Amino acid sequence: MTETTHIAEEGAAPACELIRAPLGLLAELTYRCPLQCPYCSNPLNMEKSPAELTAGEWGDVFQQAARLGVLQVHLSGGEPCLRPDLEDILKHAVAAGLYTNLITSGVTLTRDRLEGLAALGLDHVQLSVQDVDPEAADIISGYKGGAPKKREVARWVRELGLPLTINVVVHRHNIERLPAMIDYAVEVGAGRIEVAHTQYYAWALKNRAALIPTREQFKRSVEITNEARERLKGIIVFDVVAHDHYAVRPKPCMGGWGRNLIDITPTGKVLPCHACEGIPGIEIDNVRTKPLADIWIKGQSFNMFRGTSWMKEPCKSCERREIDWGGCHCQALSMTGDACATDPACELSAFHKDFAKLAEDEAAAPPPPFIYRRIGAYTEVKAAE
Amino acid sequence: MTETITRKRTMMGADSRPSLPKYIKLRHDPGRGRWVILAPERVFNPDDTAVAVLKLCDGTRTVADIAASLAAEYSAPVDEISADITAMLQDLSDKGVVTA
Repeated sequence: MTETTHIAEEGAAPACELIRAPLGLLAELTYRCPLQCPYCSNPLNMEKSPAELTAGEWGDVFQQAARLGVLQVHLSGGEPCLRPDLEDILKHAVAAGLYTNLITSGVTLTRDRLEGLAALGLDHVQLSVQDVDPEAADIISGYKGGAPKKREVARWVRELGLPLTINVVVHRHNIERLPAMIDYAVEVGAGRIEVAHTQYYAWALKNRAALIPTREQFKRSVEITNEARERLKGIIVFDVVAHDHYAVRPKPCMGGWGRNLIDITPTGKVLPCHACEGIPGIEIDNVRTKPLADIWIKGQSFNMFRGTSWMKEPCKSCERREIDWGGCHCQALSMTGDACATDPACELSAFHKDFAKLAEDEAAAPPPPFIYRRIGAYTEVKAAE
Repeated sequence: MTETITRKRTMMGADSRPSLPKYIKLRHDPGRGRWVILAPERVFNPDDTAVAVLKLCDGTRTVADIAASLAAEYSAPVDEISADITAMLQDLSDKGVVTA
């Protein structure tokens, strides 16, 4: 009898146009971050001093989310540990019965604080590691001395009995060290590693030429990952976020638009996907003005690409339409000018060849300098252009 | 790198005593009307057999004990049950859901 007879991974259920209960809530507690990674998924136009949701407001959101069916909350940012009231926010999440995941760079954590968070009921820590080479890590993150601090944080996580995921964002400057990054995750006691190829939206799109690897590098990284996954079976679980430009078929955006996930920004905007605010005609709701259930079920943004009725050909008649759900709308928009077009990562897209060539050309050229992720940086850059 | 050598895959056998680490949560989800396993950045849907097995994974019972208990409960051949649940627990161990 095989595993699938008894255990199915959630999210893989057969599709229908009925609205499912969401599984996960990405709670972006703040856009502030001590790191300046040029591939950040936060928006380019982050507000300077936004009125962030208070711990009490998050508590209300978590209660609403749990009632709606959300099972897991991912406390993220920016850097969630920059919230001095992170403990209160965590307490609310635990009280709502949610499985809690802290997604952090670790650089501001102390052992005492982590111990306190564990005592409050934190379930899991995802620690980002920019590179195993400390100097390269400093350059990509725009932050000095992160590497030894992260190793220390990883040790504390394991000493406190918390499960650990190491997240590695892969790009042209670290892809050759992927085997060492996998070794690092095993060595620090992680139970899970996320090998996340850079997703070219937001800051990463701005920095694409500085980040994109060659097709050969990408292919090699897939071989390395596949070999390591087999070799390390039962020791560390691999999750891979695929690279789009050298893909054959797209991946489902957010596991399917409005199917599994809700993203809430520091100021309470409720998003079906991180990058969707740039889609023309989208109406973004806010938890400060509407109940979360109303937004999930009836919100214009969540219904814009929910299911398959929005699709055009070749998606409409594609046998994979309920597997990849048409892929990424933001990528379709930026490449084709139409958010309803097939994701250019798909070989059936008329733009697929150009999409791949763009990557190949940029990867073949010397990398330009990074535009670091800073609040206000994008507008400054624009002004300078 | 020395620690990499000490980390080994757990192999489930009749004498293994499986348990759920405290960060793995087997829960009934009333809204969905089914059991769920909450794990780091994962949600699994166990079927009735898996739930019955997991409820017996207390770190004290061996795989053989669990097989015997289920064989008695469902009047099924113990060898068949044993082979089935060993494979299931191996898979769950590889996914980080059970330890032994």
